[in-house]
Amino acid sequence: MLSLLWLIIALPLAGAAVLLLAGAPPLRRLGADKWGHYLGSATVGVSFLLAVGAFFALKDRSDRHYEDQLWSFIPVGDLQVDIGLLFDPLSAVFVLLITGVGFLIHVYSIGYMADDPGRRRFFGYLNLFVAAMLVLVLGNNFVSLYAGWEGVGLASYLLIAFWYDRPSAATAAKKAFIMNRVGDVGLAIAIFVLFAQLGTITYDGVFSNVDDLSSVTITVVALLLLLGACGKSGQFPLQAWLPDAMAGPTPVSALIHAATMVTAGVYLIARANPIFSASETAQLVVCIIGAITLMIGCIIGCAKDDMKQVLAYSTVSQIGYMFLAVGLGGPAYALGIAHLLAHGFFKAGLFLGAGSVMHGMKDQGDIRRFGGLAKYMPITAVTFGLGYLAIIGLPPLSGFFTKDPIIEHAFDRPGWTGWVFGGAALLGAGLTAFYMTRLMVLVFFGKKRWTDDIKHPHESPAVMWWPMVVLAVGSVSAGYLFYRGDALSDWLAPVLGEPHEAATHKIEPGVLTATVIGVVVVAALFAAALFWRGTALQEQPVRSPFVIAARRNLYADAFNEAVLEKPGLWLTRILVYFDSRGIDGMVNGLAATVGGTSSRLRRLQTGFVRSYALTMLFGAVAVVAALVAAGWR
Amino acid sequence: MENFPFLSVLTLTPLVGAVIVALLPVSAAKDAKGRNRADEAAKWVALVISLLVFVGTMLMFFAFDKNGDRFQFTEDYTWIPSFGTEFAFGVDGIALVMLALIALLVPIVILASWHDGVGGKRSVKTFFALMLALETCMIGVFAVTDVLLFYVFFEAMLVPMYFLIASYGGPRRQYAAVKFFLYSLVGGLFMLAAVIGVYVVSTDQLGDGTFSFEQLTQLDIDPTTQRWLFLGFFIAFAIKAPLVPFHTWLPDAGGQAPIGAAVLLVGVLDKVGTYGMLRYCLPLFPDAAVYFAPWIVGISVAGIIYGALLAIGQSDMKRLVAYTSIAHFGFIALGVFAFTSQAGTGAVLYMVNHGLSTGALFLVVGFLINRRKSSQVADFGGAGKVVPWIAGAFLIAGLSSLALPGTNSFVSEFLVLVGSFATNKAATVIATIGIVFAALYILWLYQRTMQGKLNPEMPKMRDISLRESVVIAPVLVLIVAMGFYPKPVIDVITPAVNFTMNDIDKKDPAPEARDEARSSEEQGDEAKSGAQK
Repeated sequence: MLSLLWLIIALPLAGAAVLLLAGAPPLRRLGADKWGHYLGSATVGVSFLLAVGAFFALKDRSDRHYEDQLWSFIPVGDLQVDIGLLFDPLSAVFVLLITGVGFLIHVYSIGYMADDPGRRRFFGYLNLFVAAMLVLVLGNNFVSLYAGWEGVGLASYLLIAFWYDRPSAATAAKKAFIMNRVGDVGLAIAIFVLFAQLGTITYDGVFSNVDDLSSVTITVVALLLLLGACGKSGQFPLQAWLPDAMAGPTPVSALIHAATMVTAGVYLIARANPIFSASETAQLVVCIIGAITLMIGCIIGCAKDDMKQVLAYSTVSQIGYMFLAVGLGGPAYALGIAHLLAHGFFKAGLFLGAGSVMHGMKDQGDIRRFGGLAKYMPITAVTFGLGYLAIIGLPPLSGFFTKDPIIEHAFDRPGWTGWVFGGAALLGAGLTAFYMTRLMVLVFFGKKRWTDDIKHPHESPAVMWWPMVVLAVGSVSAGYLFYRGDALSDWLAPVLGEPHEAATHKIEPGVLTATVIGVVVVAALFAAALFWRGTALQEQPVRSPFVIAARRNLYADAFNEAVLEKPGLWLTRILVYFDSRGIDGMVNGLAATVGGTSSRLRRLQTGFVRSYALTMLFGAVAVVAALVAAGWR
Repeated sequence: MENFPFLSVLTLTPLVGAVIVALLPVSAAKDAKGRNRADEAAKWVALVISLLVFVGTMLMFFAFDKNGDRFQFTEDYTWIPSFGTEFAFGVDGIALVMLALIALLVPIVILASWHDGVGGKRSVKTFFALMLALETCMIGVFAVTDVLLFYVFFEAMLVPMYFLIASYGGPRRQYAAVKFFLYSLVGGLFMLAAVIGVYVVSTDQLGDGTFSFEQLTQLDIDPTTQRWLFLGFFIAFAIKAPLVPFHTWLPDAGGQAPIGAAVLLVGVLDKVGTYGMLRYCLPLFPDAAVYFAPWIVGISVAGIIYGALLAIGQSDMKRLVAYTSIAHFGFIALGVFAFTSQAGTGAVLYMVNHGLSTGALFLVVGFLINRRKSSQVADFGGAGKVVPWIAGAFLIAGLSSLALPGTNSFVSEFLVLVGSFATNKAATVIATIGIVFAALYILWLYQRTMQGKLNPEMPKMRDISLRESVVIAPVLVLIVAMGFYPKPVIDVITPAVNFTMNDIDKKDPAPEARDEARSSEEQGDEAKSGAQK
């Protein structure tokens, strides 16, 4: 089974190639527009089955480690980059998540994109994404990681700009790619440092020799990797692209910008845990980034009125939790991965639910214009509701079992930083409950507030709701998986180290859990009370600078524009001027001085091209003659 | 097969073709479709000849023994014996891959230019004759192992290219062509002086003067002389390749040249500069190369950033592509002067890959200009809706230009950077930042031309034609194929780069941490053994 691992990547990749090429005029009679979406879903479905098979095969291996060299990619001197696969507990859970959730979202898209003339192209891009994401998590070296890393960036770009005639979508796609590239620079330089220091870029070679590196080098490499992780995962200070990415079709937001791609940063840090664990500074920075981002996401999430925007900021915030967890290190690595898996289920479900709502509401996304939809869309309401309960972290749903221990471990971090990170995580949990309740209540409960043109809001077709049901079941039952003590951390132990309980707790676990639940319930009830009667239909004038800042995404875009975009644009303009007037002007000036003679010459002759040719010929003859003369001297 | 005189035959075949095309009778006779018969004949002769050269080059490519001698397919014919110069041919892996690039691009360019001369005032026949003459010069410059002969081809390349730009170019073609010509000529003069200088030195040291590359590398030139001679060659190459600040001719020449000529100009001709740095500057003047390396790395990195920023600011598509090339030449020169096998191999691979990616970009831009009759970015907008397949080709070419993994350019850019980092850390970090700007100029160009609202002023445009598909498809296929499996090409290049590294007496630096760990272990062992004693 494990020897078929390459097929898991090859199938969606081939699917992408077929789907994208099948639109070529000579191939059009194949009618790929009619069956393309089935092919696209099938490739990912089969990949999922293969992944399940591989998972059980891996379970039977005592070392839970399988490597396969496929071909030699870049062999020059000491640098030997192979295309190789690594299947271990960490990559296994990611492969299952990507192909499993990916398959559900493919199926959902059959319905969601049914009326779009570009559906075949859409499935081609989706398959391309799945293939690239699998390269990212299955590679056995940093170059494969980088290849997958930029590959998902491309797929994300193509899918955000899927409706490329919309200027906002095109701009958002470009923004996403470029902010990601800023992160990629970090990842690339980290690879250069590792090769220069260790002469290898394979995971095995690097991680088994981390001890040879100086502590400064380790910290530098870790921070560079972190820069890459921040770009891909929409973490501070590179978070501004992720909410804009919602310009893509909703299944894209669910798959790429919630469940899988944006968690690649967490994967990277967990994968490189031997490096991060060796640098306390780097771990502290990861924690700081996580804490800042989770607060940013919560605060802005409270101020947004667009359904997808709220969910986007909640993604930013939840990934902040994961970063916090992997930054804490030790046993918390596994918690980060657990939260990532749980989040993969409930956030994908929430986004699909949002897509279902918008599908039934003529693509409106303004939650002030919804209300009372539970009656019209019962399945969506129930599945969305389960995802909602999971994300705010109420027992016995999955979010509780993954978020609560993160908060606990954050408090347990030694020294005063533990209080800061723990406090932020706890406050974040309360804010999450607040804005998610606001979303839930405004969309599904209270009075209807939609516009007159929507006569009959309707439930989505089965092909769309049953993936939502599966994801909702996952959001609930995944909790059981994590509840069963250390099942996941035991499974991940070969990669992330043996789980062990901290000896002392700052706050008694029972007390803390009760506090967390209390904060969540109070915040949720407060939001419910506030919004049950609906909300004003216009944006309310506010006096608080805090709210204004939150509505403006905490000025991240304004900062980027004022500090980077505008000065950058001016710089290029000045340089263009300098290049044509400065450098070229100098050269032309020189030429004009010399050329005083040549312009007179030109007047003598016809000014035609022929004259230059003759001059040249004459010159060439003269040169050769001089040479020959010199030779015969 | 090994004994077939590939190089001289390949060099001469296009020249013969050019003469045939030139001698075709001029006639006004039209065929059934109203096309000029003489013109049609000229096109077909040119295409067939260039395809013959392609087949021959491929045969040679596969007959090349990558683990064999440094120079293969060597030929020697007497030229001016009193002068120590010969018609000496021979290729190493570096020249071989460049010859393969030329052989591939010329038929593509001929087919891409199929209708370019038609209907204009200039002779169609002459256009294709010039193309073939240019191919002879390009093959010659890479196929010779005699320095004087190299110089002759180096200068001779100018002539057909000059006429291609000046006769068939855009509205400012005269200005651009003269600028191109004067710049190159000035560079050539420096090189000529240095060539003569090398000859003089060889006369002093060997008794008989020589221009033979292999003999010249055996010379022991004193460092001061080396520096002057190095500069003579280097300035010529830095103008040709162009490095900042010698670059201002390229945007004009690339912007005004007809598309076919632009592809060959930026794709091949300019590579003679970087090729010359690696194949002539380094082996002939090793001490000087090491001496000047920090400066050259400096201007290379400056060029990467400067070229990219200028590309972002351009409003003309052809000029934009030309500026991106200035940034890319910075990467190549960085790789050449980093003195590691990875960076050197990367630089050579970059030359090939850049020929493909920029070639593809220019070709697609040419398709667009043919339809819109304008090269201004602002005259497009939302074109992806109208010409989706051209847009797709544009995007793949662009992604290759920004070195996305999965395309050929990623491999070469990665090699250059990872190889340069070991010897030039700060410069490599700055160069790596250039990849952000690369994303910006490509994606912004793509957004302004292909995405967004449809520009209402655009005329009705046909999507890609069959001829255009045949032109662009092989390049795109190679872009992707060499992105996934570059090994066959790398394996040809690396031994040649290693020979060059030996010439300058450089070895790849050992991994730093491992090195320290090993030496501290050894010290520990010594301490132990010392204690035992």
